[in-house]
Amino acid sequence: MIKVEGLTKRYARTTAVDNISFEVQKGQIVGFLGPNGAGKTTTMRCLTCFMPPSSGSATVAGFDVLEHPMEVKRRIGYLPETPPLYPDMEVVEYLNFVGKLKGLSGNDLTRRVAEVSERCAVADVSKKLIGKLSKGYRQRVGLAQAIIHNPDVLILDEPTSGLDPKQINETRDLIRGLAGDHTIILSTHILPEVEQICEQVIIIAKGKLVATDTVHNLTNRLRGVEAVAVEVEPRSGALDAGEVQSRLEQVSGVSRVILKDSRDGRHLFEAESLQGKTIRGDLARSVVESGWNLYELRPVALSLEEVFLSLTSTDTAEPSGAVAE
Amino acid sequence: MRNTWTIFQKEIKSYFNSPIAYGLMAFFALISGYFFYVYVAIFVQRGMESQMMGRPQPMDVNEWVVRPVLMNISVIGLFLIPMITMRLFAEEKRSGTIELLVTSPIYDLEIILGKWFAALALYAAILGLSALNLSLLFLYGSPDWRPMVVGYLGLLLQGGCLLAIGTFISTTSKNQIIAGTGTFAISLLLWVLDWVSSYGTEAWAKVVGYLSVVAHFEPFSKGVIDSKDIVFFVSMIFLGLFLTARSMESLRWRS
Repeated sequence: MIKVEGLTKRYARTTAVDNISFEVQKGQIVGFLGPNGAGKTTTMRCLTCFMPPSSGSATVAGFDVLEHPMEVKRRIGYLPETPPLYPDMEVVEYLNFVGKLKGLSGNDLTRRVAEVSERCAVADVSKKLIGKLSKGYRQRVGLAQAIIHNPDVLILDEPTSGLDPKQINETRDLIRGLAGDHTIILSTHILPEVEQICEQVIIIAKGKLVATDTVHNLTNRLRGVEAVAVEVEPRSGALDAGEVQSRLEQVSGVSRVILKDSRDGRHLFEAESLQGKTIRGDLARSVVESGWNLYELRPVALSLEEVFLSLTSTDTAEPSGAVAE
Repeated sequence: MRNTWTIFQKEIKSYFNSPIAYGLMAFFALISGYFFYVYVAIFVQRGMESQMMGRPQPMDVNEWVVRPVLMNISVIGLFLIPMITMRLFAEEKRSGTIELLVTSPIYDLEIILGKWFAALALYAAILGLSALNLSLLFLYGSPDWRPMVVGYLGLLLQGGCLLAIGTFISTTSKNQIIAGTGTFAISLLLWVLDWVSSYGTEAWAKVVGYLSVVAHFEPFSKGVIDSKDIVFFVSMIFLGLFLTARSMESLRWRS
């Protein structure tokens, strides 16, 4: 359904997207994962014909974004990062306007406006001014706008950013509900979101493609690595952080230990395991046998940055930094 | 065409959903009403004076009232137009709705024409208020209506030309104030150029004078349609809209 080959987008000084290629099959939900400034928005803007790529090609439903932009636009529903709303319009008025822009008219238009209002749960505010709506409602109006012409492809740029947890869940449910009829690409920098919604994941960082894989494979790869926070307390007297660190590093299966914090005589470390090892039991035993108190021991979710580091462990020479978007 | 109409309707609604349209209309009604009153008062006074001198002369309402009122309206327009055009694209760029327009299956030209026609329609509605004043003349006298129609045609052409320039300037900024100020500066410049040309007779003064919108409007206020002036206004409109289209295109390459 979507085919991207060697897509590159250069701005005056920076290369926002560098030679990215991927393919998305019909009906899939694909997560576009990357830290802020990785080039997610730029890639999406190229796909939606908002801006042309500097080189490379992108086709949507067989139409090239440069050669047949009208055909591509007709088949795409797009929700930018900030929903494109007019605060001085009523919801129903706005949806009618967008519907007309997308080529609907007459009975079709009325029917679709009613359908998407129902589906995105904005029917109860249809007579309200958009400017008066809460952020959650605005996001849903934004989604309604994107699906009004029943497009083959939906492109959603950070659809859950800035929402509260309840709204995030509602939005995710909504997106999952749309899956059957549409091919969906959604961008996010939140890892669990991808796990919950998507089947396929595309990871980019600094404008480069890092990995494309199924979510299943990806989480397996990540599950192999365990990160544990260990807080150690001396039984009496003071405790040397370096001594504890070297002791923890000797525990079998531990790949690295980082000192995170020291306060009230206690030291907080973060220990990461090697691939496929469990280390919690051994860490606890090692601390106790050394004559210290184990103040706290808990698993830590890997942050996105660590996920990138572990996924790109072969080429992590340079620290991950943000590229200007 | 249908898309242009959709954009046109949206812009008109947006003008009247906000205080802009009403504010501009009130401002214009006040100022143009004042000028109308002043010129009618002068006309009446002169008429009485010439009668008291015992040498009543025929006085032409068109010459004494209609023409100066139209000339003044043409200058008031220079102040109104920046406020009409400043939001057209600047607002869409600031709020991100430009992404919706540009990723919808419509052509840039349809967006531009929709917005420009909406601005022109609002301007025409504002001008219409002054036509109410002038129509009062028909109650008490018998002015010639043809120069009036020509005058309004001229006002619309002049307005369309400045609105096209304003629309272009609005695409260059996210900030309405900057867009408005820029348009105002250019409108003012195009007016003032007329004075510059009156100080010199060299070729450059003629060229500069040719660019003055007010100088091109003046014949219309007398009821004279000169193809030279129409060509000027129409080509300025084309230039403004063409620049707008190029500027929109460049947004995509740069943004």
